[in-house]
Amino acid sequence: MVQTVVEMQHITKKFGNLIANNDVSLKVHQGEILALLGENGAGKSTLMSILSGLLQPTSGKILINDRIVSIKDPQTAKALGIGMVHQHFMLIPAFSVLENIILGDEPHNYLGKIKYIQAKQIIKQMAQRYHLQLDLDAKVADISVGMQQRVEIMKALYRKADVLIFDEPTAALTPQEIKELMQTFRILASENKAIIFITHKIKEIKEVADYCTIIRSGKVIETVKVSQAGEEQLAEMMVGRKLQNNVQKQPVKQQKLILNVKQLTVQNNGRSKILNLNLQVHQGEIVGLAGVDGNGQEELLAALTGMNKVTSGSIQLNGQELANQSVRKFVESKVGYVPEDRQAEGLILSMSVAENLALKEYYHAPMNHRGILNYKYINSFAQNLVKNYGIRTQNVYETVASLSGGNQQKVIIAREIQNNPDLLIAANPTRGVDVGAIEYIHRKIIQERNQGKGILLVSFELDEILKLSDRVMVIHDGQIIGEVDPKTITAQKLGLMMAGKKIGSVQQEVTKSEL
Amino acid sequence: MSLTTILMTIISTTLVYSAPLIFTALGGTFSERSGVINVGLEGMMIVGAFCSTIFTLNLAPRLGILAAWLALLIGGICGCLFSLLHAVATINLRADHIISGAVLNMIAPAVCVFLTRIFYNGKGQTPVINQGLGTSTINGLKQIPILGKILFTQTSIIAWIAIIIAVICWYVLYRTAFVLHLRSVGENPAAADTLGINVDYYRYWGVLLSGFLGGLGGAVMAQSITLNFSVSTISGQGFMALAAMIFGKWDPIGSMAAAVFFGLAQSLPIIGAYIPGLSHINSVWFQVAPYLITVIVLAIFFGRSVGPAADGKNYIKSK
Amino acid sequence: MNCKKYSALVFPLMSIVSGFVVGAIIMLVFGYDPLQNYGNLLVGSFGGAYSIGETLRNMTPLILTALGFAVSSKAGFFNIGGSGQYLMGWFGAVVVALKWSWLPGWFLIIVSIMSGALLGGVWSAIAGLLRAYCGTSEVITTIMLNYVALYFVNFAVKNWLAAQGHDSSATITAKASLRSPLLASLTSNSTLHWGFILALLVCLIIWIYFNRTRAGFELRSIGLNERAAQYAGMNVRKTIILAMLISGILAGLGGALDGLGNFQNISVSNSLPQVGYDGMAVAILASYNPLGIILSSLLFSALQIGGMSMSVYSNAPTEIVSIVTGSIIFFIAIKYAFEIILKKYKLSYPKFNIAGK
Repeated sequence: MVQTVVEMQHITKKFGNLIANNDVSLKVHQGEILALLGENGAGKSTLMSILSGLLQPTSGKILINDRIVSIKDPQTAKALGIGMVHQHFMLIPAFSVLENIILGDEPHNYLGKIKYIQAKQIIKQMAQRYHLQLDLDAKVADISVGMQQRVEIMKALYRKADVLIFDEPTAALTPQEIKELMQTFRILASENKAIIFITHKIKEIKEVADYCTIIRSGKVIETVKVSQAGEEQLAEMMVGRKLQNNVQKQPVKQQKLILNVKQLTVQNNGRSKILNLNLQVHQGEIVGLAGVDGNGQEELLAALTGMNKVTSGSIQLNGQELANQSVRKFVESKVGYVPEDRQAEGLILSMSVAENLALKEYYHAPMNHRGILNYKYINSFAQNLVKNYGIRTQNVYETVASLSGGNQQKVIIAREIQNNPDLLIAANPTRGVDVGAIEYIHRKIIQERNQGKGILLVSFELDEILKLSDRVMVIHDGQIIGEVDPKTITAQKLGLMMAGKKIGSVQQEVTKSEL
Repeated sequence: MSLTTILMTIISTTLVYSAPLIFTALGGTFSERSGVINVGLEGMMIVGAFCSTIFTLNLAPRLGILAAWLALLIGGICGCLFSLLHAVATINLRADHIISGAVLNMIAPAVCVFLTRIFYNGKGQTPVINQGLGTSTINGLKQIPILGKILFTQTSIIAWIAIIIAVICWYVLYRTAFVLHLRSVGENPAAADTLGINVDYYRYWGVLLSGFLGGLGGAVMAQSITLNFSVSTISGQGFMALAAMIFGKWDPIGSMAAAVFFGLAQSLPIIGAYIPGLSHINSVWFQVAPYLITVIVLAIFFGRSVGPAADGKNYIKSK
Repeated sequence: MNCKKYSALVFPLMSIVSGFVVGAIIMLVFGYDPLQNYGNLLVGSFGGAYSIGETLRNMTPLILTALGFAVSSKAGFFNIGGSGQYLMGWFGAVVVALKWSWLPGWFLIIVSIMSGALLGGVWSAIAGLLRAYCGTSEVITTIMLNYVALYFVNFAVKNWLAAQGHDSSATITAKASLRSPLLASLTSNSTLHWGFILALLVCLIIWIYFNRTRAGFELRSIGLNERAAQYAGMNVRKTIILAMLISGILAGLGGALDGLGNFQNISVSNSLPQVGYDGMAVAILASYNPLGIILSSLLFSALQIGGMSMSVYSNAPTEIVSIVTGSIIFFIAIKYAFEIILKKYKLSYPKFNIAGK
């Protein structure tokens, strides 16, 4: 009989009214690899934060080695042999790999002098045993993401972890690094470590996991033995219901090309984040960009708004070349942008609603007259937008910080749409807003499309992409690897493509007339 | 004057002016390595200078030269107590580090001159110390041919101690678990926290050490250069030490070297007269040189110098 | 709206009260009567037309150095160089007033003031340029430039302006002076001069600049959220340099008005003018609000002017005033402590979220 290392029973976690985990149970045995599969926001990370002591469950029990425990903080988790590898690594870039591994548990003499040589030997032995290649003397700032992850793994092993939790471990890795990580998983399992990894990439689960627990909307849908489940079956369980497409969309009359991105390459620290990417958006269509986080979306958006320089290639808007132009040039060329992180990029929280609504137009008439801002106009302008877009605020002088997330997002959408853009770029426009606001934002986007605007929708929510888009482009590793028709594509096929599997047959089937 | 005499004069004057800067810059290194920006070094120096002066003035008749050395310790301890204000404000009460440091610089001269007036019948400055830390010759080392005369004759012993301490800081402390923890909370407090390292504890150590060393630096200034205390005893040395720390890339040896460099710059008005070719240059150039050189060096070489990643950021634990 | 106003006032008031309490405790410890001394302070600053005149006159440089600090702070920069910029402004104004004294009266005043303000602006813009193009910390550069200004001005006064062997320049001609018989007669021959009226006017202008102009809007946006401002198409580098320039111009203007109105000459000095640092404190107490700066500079000025008479009527050292003002700013810095106290006593206090904090 194999030892059950971790057992979570009926875990429920509430944040106010929001139920992040609803009666979730799972089990991991020694030497076993369990995958937690679910879409963004399904509640996987919350569950693992509970296991690693960062959050406390509202109700439910946790058993470690068949003993009921209460994991008050990360220290307790560590003492119980639970190690966590966070999606955003908890490393100190200025320190060496060795220092990062031993930090907090350094072998030292009575004067407190660290026995680096001894530590090095211990870690070298462990690295050999687990086949982890590490350059112990290198600075973490200088090593690849793959090696950073190995440092995190070694940190946990050095602290004698028996259970290793990985949060989206492959999100930032190259295919080669992913392969190596999968290999490491197998080695760790063969050394009787239990592994839990959070993912939404089915391919990886098929490759390495023994069991897979599927979570959707905070609930466990099922736990399956991976060898007995097909990729399509897993994808369908992850996404859930058949996707409906009940939005009122008028057929598009004109097909004028608005945005034409040709052979775009963006490099960052010598690494190509976007490579020879081509993308077109026409009048009156919504082009959805589907993909797993970290596949170049961020860099593409920065290039399309003028925030970052591009390495090569061209960005044409209505035939005008805009690559490497200023942000204002993009704004004036009628590019509207609803950024992903509204608080950091879209709004100035401690400024008023009116001023935030004026952010893109304050500098020209009628808002600006010879350097003096016409606040009377700005305020009435804002009052109009508040009314037309149903932004719930006491008045336009209130700071944006005092608004709810949904209303903050409405402020951005109102500002960007009213600027009458030819191209509207929306990045995860509904992230973290309530259901009512989601409906509203979707309606607005479609309205804009119906009025002949070109819309580029970047989202990690498959539902959203499939519901709104006329065409869906799949981005993977900085490249568009396929174009699909949202009406005919199945969730599992799209999930596979997002994981990097090319499906050639659907690429060219969609012709413009079918839209 | 022979070349060796000229060199001896230059080096010993430089060392005299370097000593306060070395101690204070080392202090700044500890504070900022732990993630607390310390603009208040100037204030800590003032407190150290004041307390040490009062101590020597009162005890020199009984203790002789020992009083001057003990006074350095007293200066350090008082600087350390004073820095507690900065520690509590920034670590526990989420104060802006620069504002809190600036407040220290406002309060220190006010309190010290206030007390001076009370102790010395309303006068804004103390009497002069008879028993200062002048220059002296290190007997064993002066025998070394040439170097012995240049480096160790009529030299500042406290400056050599400062240099030795800087080397010790670099060699021993940067290899201990204690300082590794201290640096980790200045780089990534959240990561350190997940590893069970108490962020506040190490930040307190950082600030208090800077208070001790800053106070010590101020004491050295009073005991070896100004020989009394008044509002102008410390005039920008704290800020210069801060610049030396940045110049030295937040490293003990680097800060020490930069402090010696600034010490040289500060001693220029005095030694300029001895250097052939420089003696007829207007003294205003020597006076502004240390400050101009600081700005120019920072601008050219260390524009975007990278300090500790979490320097100046309050760590608020998420619940 | 009301909640915000309440919270904007409650912390400064609590800090002021706490600062006075600290001063009182220190006085008690050293055997001085706090009530008597604070009473003297009040009499010394507001006790008659003359003291009121002096208090108002002393507000002039405080207002302007505070405005200068406020402008840079709104853009997110710490201009600690107020002292040096003030000194350069003082120097610039007096030099022109002395050297070009053949110019017609009002023209001489305008040119003197402008050259002072400009010199202050240049002094600060150096730090702005270094920050924008080299990324050099403005905290260090402005401090270093303070000392350069001090030694340069001392040198220049001694070698160019003062008579051989003297430490002060000649007094400026009456037509270059900002002194006003009218204002003096209103305040029993105090040194109140036109500079005060000008300072109030500048307060209004800066208030308009912050709240009504395109440039002010950009300044505030960049100070509050640089990234969002960039997304809105604002030019961050240009705004930083402009902000530092204006900041220095204001501090320099403070020096110019003080030079032409108050001192009437310029002397060699051992240390940097304290008013630059006091201006920082005034601005912080007013949370960088130009109209609030009028009130907080009134408080600081009254403390300083009253403090001078304090030592005349009693023997408490005047430094107690600096201890009080320093403590006030310390309490402003640790306002989180007040938040904890208010929370503990369950006083309703509206949560005030600030971006990026």
